[in-house]
Amino acid sequence: MYLIREISEGLGIAWDAIRANKLRSFLTTLGIVIGIVTVTLMATAINGLNGAFHKSVSVIGADMLFVSRTSWFVNSQAEWLKSMRRREITLAQARQLQRELTLAQAVAPMVGINQTVTYQNHSSSSVQIVGSTEEFINTSGAGIAEGRFISAGEAEGGRPVCVIGMDVATNLFAFESPLGKRIKVGPRVLEVIGVLGRQGSFLGLASLDNQVVIPVQQFMIGYLRNPDFMIKIKAIAPDQLEEAKEELRGAMRKIRHLAPGDPDDFAINQQDMFVTMFNSVAGTIAAVGLLITGLSLFVGGIGIMNIMFVSVAERTREIGVRKAIGAKRRTILLQFLIEAATICLLGGLVGLGITWVLTLGLKRVMPVNMSLGVMGLALLVSLLTGVISGFLPAWRAARMNPVEALRNE
Amino acid sequence: MSLIRLQNIRRQYTMGAETIHALRDVSLEIERGEYVAIMGPSGSGKSTLMNLLGCLDTPSAGVYELNGQNVSEMDDNQLAEIRNREIGFVFQTFNLLPRSNALRNVELPLIYSGVDADERKQMALDALTSVGLGDRIHHKPNEMSGGQRQRVAIARALVNRPSIILADEPTGNLDSRTGEEIMALLKALSQKGNTIFVVTHEEEVARHARRIIRIRDGLIASDEPTPPGS
Repeated sequence: MYLIREISEGLGIAWDAIRANKLRSFLTTLGIVIGIVTVTLMATAINGLNGAFHKSVSVIGADMLFVSRTSWFVNSQAEWLKSMRRREITLAQARQLQRELTLAQAVAPMVGINQTVTYQNHSSSSVQIVGSTEEFINTSGAGIAEGRFISAGEAEGGRPVCVIGMDVATNLFAFESPLGKRIKVGPRVLEVIGVLGRQGSFLGLASLDNQVVIPVQQFMIGYLRNPDFMIKIKAIAPDQLEEAKEELRGAMRKIRHLAPGDPDDFAINQQDMFVTMFNSVAGTIAAVGLLITGLSLFVGGIGIMNIMFVSVAERTREIGVRKAIGAKRRTILLQFLIEAATICLLGGLVGLGITWVLTLGLKRVMPVNMSLGVMGLALLVSLLTGVISGFLPAWRAARMNPVEALRNE
Repeated sequence: MSLIRLQNIRRQYTMGAETIHALRDVSLEIERGEYVAIMGPSGSGKSTLMNLLGCLDTPSAGVYELNGQNVSEMDDNQLAEIRNREIGFVFQTFNLLPRSNALRNVELPLIYSGVDADERKQMALDALTSVGLGDRIHHKPNEMSGGQRQRVAIARALVNRPSIILADEPTGNLDSRTGEEIMALLKALSQKGNTIFVVTHEEEVARHARRIIRIRDGLIASDEPTPPGS
């Protein structure tokens, strides 16, 4: 209760002191404002980047597993070379896997190549040609926008049909429906039976809509005879991903005839790997970025300390009077701490306001996200800056000898 | 029992290699309700004595009992509390807080003693009224004359009903007519039973008191009632 009264009294005194020295308070606060703006902008950008990444990576699907010869993230060249010497994953192995797995909703072998796609005088280069089975559509996030997907029979029989991505559809067929049209995919002519729904791009790089899916047998006849497959597996439920992964590993070892002591000669990839990778990179960026921007806050804090020393020196007589009248050390200490904290908190609020406006502008060019957590943290940091940098000056004031303070002119 | 009892008080300072004996051996008793003037040339030790009496400072040796409490052994915070409760200061230069109005200035000691807001305001109003400034409570120091400022300072000294009021050259910054008014106010307060010390080097000011203590070279040179008829 007594402390609350002292704090409210201190706030009043602090406010008076700040108002009495408007220009000085403004200039001092500027350091904190700049510090808070840089720190919160940094945090906001990191926040936004995080959000954008997680949104982008979610197209992979949290319930998906990807089997291939190589891991998505290879740490060394030696590891890369080793994985390139592994045996290919064949279509037969994929088929066997499909029969063995019980925790998989869908199993789709996939193989890809880049080709130019042409229809009449329109053509689209560097289109990803994917050979797969009817299961593809169940492992993909995309639905069918028009027509239908490849059937089991067509996949097996290698019929000359294809399903095209949204970008391919808009590039080749400006004003007509692509269904039933025959397009030239690399060396072969295929009939369009369906169009995939829009999926967007992955990490802002490869567009998932710039692809053509064709029956796997057609792919092996027309493009690559003995390709190395990647197998996409959708677990029956996201929370059974780990079990599905164990089952998958066992099945693959069996299919590839590995002896019990042998290491895996394949890799199981999943979305987590991207997230882990990203988190470690983003963590480093955040640490370095916040450290550098934190320096400007530190400089601001030094400014506060400096001005508080001046303020204490100027008000030596006032301190003497207060002490003579009965102010204890703690009261004086608190008074100056509150003054420093108030200046910093005001700076923090102004800084947040500026950041907020800047964020509105930045939103147009990059993903930024100003969260309540960042705002709360920024205010806490500015308060702490005030308390820490105000402590030494306030301590000096609190320890003043009243006789000497009163003698001060 | 005396309100104030000083027993063989010594106070020395070291300034570089030199030791200055500001008070050498001072013993003194003051009863409740006395009106005492402390006189002496500058350097005599009267300021040191006043600082000790006001609990702004502690003696190097000797015992100071104020209102039955041994003050000489107290630490900083205890002294602050004693000053707040037992002593009202009136300074030569008024020492009001320039940005606060009269009411706020007078409330200050009550804030430090933890009186709640309503009671505080009433007490401050009463004190200001008793010094004749009931109609100036919202004026800031720079909106008042010297005499009025000193009255505010006296109200501030009074407001906590202290055991003693210590006035250090209270008329030093005032013209003689205003000075007389302030001395008359102090006299009236004394007649109401307040214990008052006036530190001064002016005979005329000292003559208002009923007892005059003269300090010279850190010792009490004389201690006698004010001559009658002056």
